[in-house]
Amino acid sequence: MSIQTFMQHMVNGISLGSLYALLAIGYTMVYGILRLINFAHGDIFMIGTYIAFYSMTAFFLPWWAAFALALVLTALFGIIVERLAYRPLRNSPRISIMISAIGASFLIQNLGIVLFGGRPKAFPIDPIFAKIFKFGGVSVVSIQLIIPVVTLIFLAMLVYIVNNTKTGMAMRAVSKDYEAARLMGIDVDVIITFTFGVGSFLAALGGVLWGLKYPQLIPLMGMMPGLKCFIAAVVGGIGSIKGAVVGGFILGLGEILIVALLPSLTGFRDAFAFVLLIVILLVKPSGLMGKTTTEKV
Amino acid sequence: MKKNTKKNIMSLIALVLFLGFLTIADRIFDSYQMRIINLAGIYVTLGLGLNLINGFTGLFSLGHAGFMAVGAYTSAILTMSPELKQMNFFLKPIAPIFANVEWPFFPALLMAGLMAAIAGALIGAPVLRLNDDYLAIATLGFGEIIRIIFTNTQTLTNGALGLKGLPNFTNVYWSWGTAVVMVIVMVLLIKSSYGRAFKAIRENEIAAEAMGVSLFKHKMMSFVLGSFMAGVGGALLGHLMGTIDPLMFRFLMTFNIVLIVVLGGIGSITGTVISAVVVTVMLEVLRFLDGSMDFGFIQIEGIPGMRMVVFSALLMIVILFYQRGLMGTNEFRWEWVTNPKETITTAWKNRKA
Repeated sequence: MSIQTFMQHMVNGISLGSLYALLAIGYTMVYGILRLINFAHGDIFMIGTYIAFYSMTAFFLPWWAAFALALVLTALFGIIVERLAYRPLRNSPRISIMISAIGASFLIQNLGIVLFGGRPKAFPIDPIFAKIFKFGGVSVVSIQLIIPVVTLIFLAMLVYIVNNTKTGMAMRAVSKDYEAARLMGIDVDVIITFTFGVGSFLAALGGVLWGLKYPQLIPLMGMMPGLKCFIAAVVGGIGSIKGAVVGGFILGLGEILIVALLPSLTGFRDAFAFVLLIVILLVKPSGLMGKTTTEKV
Repeated sequence: MKKNTKKNIMSLIALVLFLGFLTIADRIFDSYQMRIINLAGIYVTLGLGLNLINGFTGLFSLGHAGFMAVGAYTSAILTMSPELKQMNFFLKPIAPIFANVEWPFFPALLMAGLMAAIAGALIGAPVLRLNDDYLAIATLGFGEIIRIIFTNTQTLTNGALGLKGLPNFTNVYWSWGTAVVMVIVMVLLIKSSYGRAFKAIRENEIAAEAMGVSLFKHKMMSFVLGSFMAGVGGALLGHLMGTIDPLMFRFLMTFNIVLIVVLGGIGSITGTVISAVVVTVMLEVLRFLDGSMDFGFIQIEGIPGMRMVVFSALLMIVILFYQRGLMGTNEFRWEWVTNPKETITTAWKNRKA
């Protein structure tokens, strides 16, 4: 394989990895605070993409307005999902909450099929995102550069919020010890709402960028990326934002490189994530960057 | 002791009556209705398998569809006639060892269960060390891996094309016969010391281990047995439908079975049986939602997919407001029939507990 081809694959892998990272953060934040796998996260991502799609095609908004609207509305949507499906079960056994999450995911998917139709839709792409640059022998579409840059900007913002603001401090406190945080006067409900808002906002960002890169929308599009990004979060160490990013990149690069280096395994591309998951769970269950916790009796 | 004999006789009479009902049903119902009755029986088997793992042992497994796929494909490959295989495998010929096999249904069904159980053992050995959420996601992952493997092994499973024209062995005796056998096995198992060990693990793993329950052994046993039931159920389903392809065994399939277990009550055999029947029938009854409706004065265009929306919404409502499901962890007792008044008053007294 020539160096150009390799670089080409790397560019693809990095942009896919960035998308995975954006989604994985939502999982890791929610899991860190509620110890809940938000199965509906992938579907929130799908809703974000469809909102952007309809704002552009049905309401003729310019792309930037459509994207901004999608981010805000999806954040609201995520908050509503939490309010309706997870909050009433806050004190129930974890199995109930998990089933509720799976149920919410299926409800959103089925609603998507009814509202948006099952047929694939083509995401409109502004020419800005389709310019082709040549670096040596490597041709790069502008969206492939935009994705990692946008991801990094929003990540920096998120890390700043979590590490340097009062809300961020409260978030960290809640994820460390839910009860103690409440005793310290933190309004846990507000923090959880905020977490879901931020997670869904990033999911919508991922969705919009996903639409620009893979412009085919179907109501079930969130399912596979959703599962994979949860895996990315586990691989990186669930509860850790840095871990989610690292996991996302490992997964994205791994998937692209496996297809590039071993073309006979192309059909098994989707299995890569699950194999990675099982390997990491057996070798280091706390993930690459997670902290090991021991259960006290 | 005498009381028990009386109960056993009653159970036996109920069983005979039920078999009689099936025989009559087989004669008078049309093929569509029989299909629903068969499906209900198969879902009882599948639901019991998952309930054993999820409900009684407390291991949240989401890989049921994968084991069903193993069972369905095993029995399909073993029972299809050589000519049928040649017709199906037109892209690439089937692996030569399987080309001329043609087993009768019963051994193939057992083999289906056995293969699924082996798959369960291979998967369970590494992942059963994980707890709660991780176990759920790992089993889900394995379910998906099995499906992806089946999509890619062209010479063994015919890949994404699937297998068509499976012999229609599944009739009401096979589907409900298996279900009845599984119910009996489950009842005996849960009453035995193994069943108590399963429940102990469900209630508190650490305490159970301290009391001398071997966690790994019992978890494996429950998981492998559950996989066996999934394999048998999958095989029955394949021979009922007549076609199988990897897409049939997506996560959606697991979800349907989880739904049955949750609605019936996690950890109740009676609940699973009732809800398997109710859910199967409901899914068909709700079909009117997909078609257009005519109320005489107003006409509503049918929206395809509406059925599943209503169905998932119903599930959400049950989970949010009635978490224990239909039966909680209660089981059917003959006292309900012989002494209904007392049953109701006790239930009313214990309603909060």
